[in-house]
Amino acid sequence: MIRLIKVSKQFRTGVFALLDISFEVEKGEFVFLVGPTGSGKTTIFRLLTRESLPTSGEIVVDNWDIVKLPVNKVAHLRKKIGVVFQDLKLLMDRTIFENIILPLEVSGINAQDGKKIVEEIMEKVGILPHKDKFPIQLSGGELQRAVIARALTLEPDIILADEPTGNLDQVTAMEIVKLLSEINKKGTTIIMATHNEDIVEKLSKRVISLSKGQLAKDTGGKKKDKTAVSQLSLKSDNIEKGNKKKGEDEDF
Amino acid sequence: MKTFKTTSHNIRRSPYQAFAAVFVMTLTFLFISFFTFLLYGSTKAISYFESRPQVTAFFRQEVKQADINNLKNDLMTTNKVASIKFVSKQDALKIYREQNKNDPLLLELVTADILPASLEISTIKIVDLAEINSKLKESPLVSEVVFQKDVVSVLTSWTNALRSIGLGLIIVLSLVSIFIMVIIIGVKISQKKQDIEIMRLIGAGGWYIRWPFMLEGIFYGAVGAILGWLISTGALWYTTPFLSSFLKGIPIFPLPLAFLFGLLGMEIMVAIILGTLSSFVAVLRYLK
Repeated sequence: MIRLIKVSKQFRTGVFALLDISFEVEKGEFVFLVGPTGSGKTTIFRLLTRESLPTSGEIVVDNWDIVKLPVNKVAHLRKKIGVVFQDLKLLMDRTIFENIILPLEVSGINAQDGKKIVEEIMEKVGILPHKDKFPIQLSGGELQRAVIARALTLEPDIILADEPTGNLDQVTAMEIVKLLSEINKKGTTIIMATHNEDIVEKLSKRVISLSKGQLAKDTGGKKKDKTAVSQLSLKSDNIEKGNKKKGEDEDF
Repeated sequence: MKTFKTTSHNIRRSPYQAFAAVFVMTLTFLFISFFTFLLYGSTKAISYFESRPQVTAFFRQEVKQADINNLKNDLMTTNKVASIKFVSKQDALKIYREQNKNDPLLLELVTADILPASLEISTIKIVDLAEINSKLKESPLVSEVVFQKDVVSVLTSWTNALRSIGLGLIIVLSLVSIFIMVIIIGVKISQKKQDIEIMRLIGAGGWYIRWPFMLEGIFYGAVGAILGWLISTGALWYTTPFLSSFLKGIPIFPLPLAFLFGLLGMEIMVAIILGTLSSFVAVLRYLK
């Protein structure tokens, strides 16, 4: 499904963002992309969506050679890949509903069908009550859900989630990961870039570690623990309950 | 439908820029309308003067009708004459009486005998007037020739000059409008740079992003054309009574409705072309 072969990316300054990176991700896999800031996680996502081109190497996404892809096909590629951006990239002057329906509008799907699809997805990710609110009125977790919902509207085969839990508290972060895991269970390939070691450990999925633009470790596609998601969800619920209880205690 | 909605949203979001764009377009089309009225009026005036007798030959008192007829036939055989009208002494008296009906003293003093018979001649082409004029002057039958060449030629040269100056100004104003529109739409594109980037990242094609800006340019052009036409037509309607009495006898006013609506249609078409061109330049320049 996704194949990177000896991919390097050198900036104009001469610095290598990526150096000889090679890995494959199979259809339906959930992969964590980890590494410190500047290790090249976001660069990989930018290459996969053809936001930039590699200096050398080959990138194949769903049998499409990304490097040789004609410019007029880039929009088609981006419709196949749902992206959860690190900086969210929501249109601040549009409501959450309008933001989520945007990929459908871009694809020319009629408003009525689009409305139905979007409302179903919003229901699934738990933000339907906020459909008429503007991004500024939502919390960090709700915004992340909105971005995930937008990434899901075109039913992509692949979702790239760039630090989706970056600015969230532990409980909300776990809820987001739980949501992504549920999406993955339905067959969507997910690559999630994260700093959060706790989540990576708990979910026991394949981990690709980057360091200074090079591949440091790849645990392979083997799923270690099938019950990880349910445990995570249980843990998330417990933390939430604990926080609520703490809040109630403080109220008293 | 969504494109129209986005266009309308973009316009409402920056009313001052929209106002500036419409204002400059209105100014351009206001000038185009006034210039067209002027051109129409002067063309009508030239036609009027051209259709009037351009050479009038007054005959000596002793000239016989048969000699006049011979001269008339001679002129007709040149194939340069559009029309010849014979005005007898009696007809001349009638005209004199009509012109001086409010002055009984002048009417009493004049009889048909002292007024000369005349031929009123129009040529097919103005350039042939000089030849007809000299032919009449050479004739022993003619005592005096009144030649209106100067009126028509002055008017023609004024109209030609007006046409050149007007066309030059229209081109300059259109270029200024295009530049201003390119800047305004460019600013709007820059303001929406982040939105455009987001749309591209989620799979929007080039034309999905470009169309609202193209429509915006067309909208400014069309609104400017309609406003320019309304203001100029309103001004023309308001001044028609004054202009009609000022240009007494020259049948220019009121301007036909078909001409006015034809002008509106033509202006909207030009506006759409100007708007599309400006938006396209802006989109090429700012949306790489």
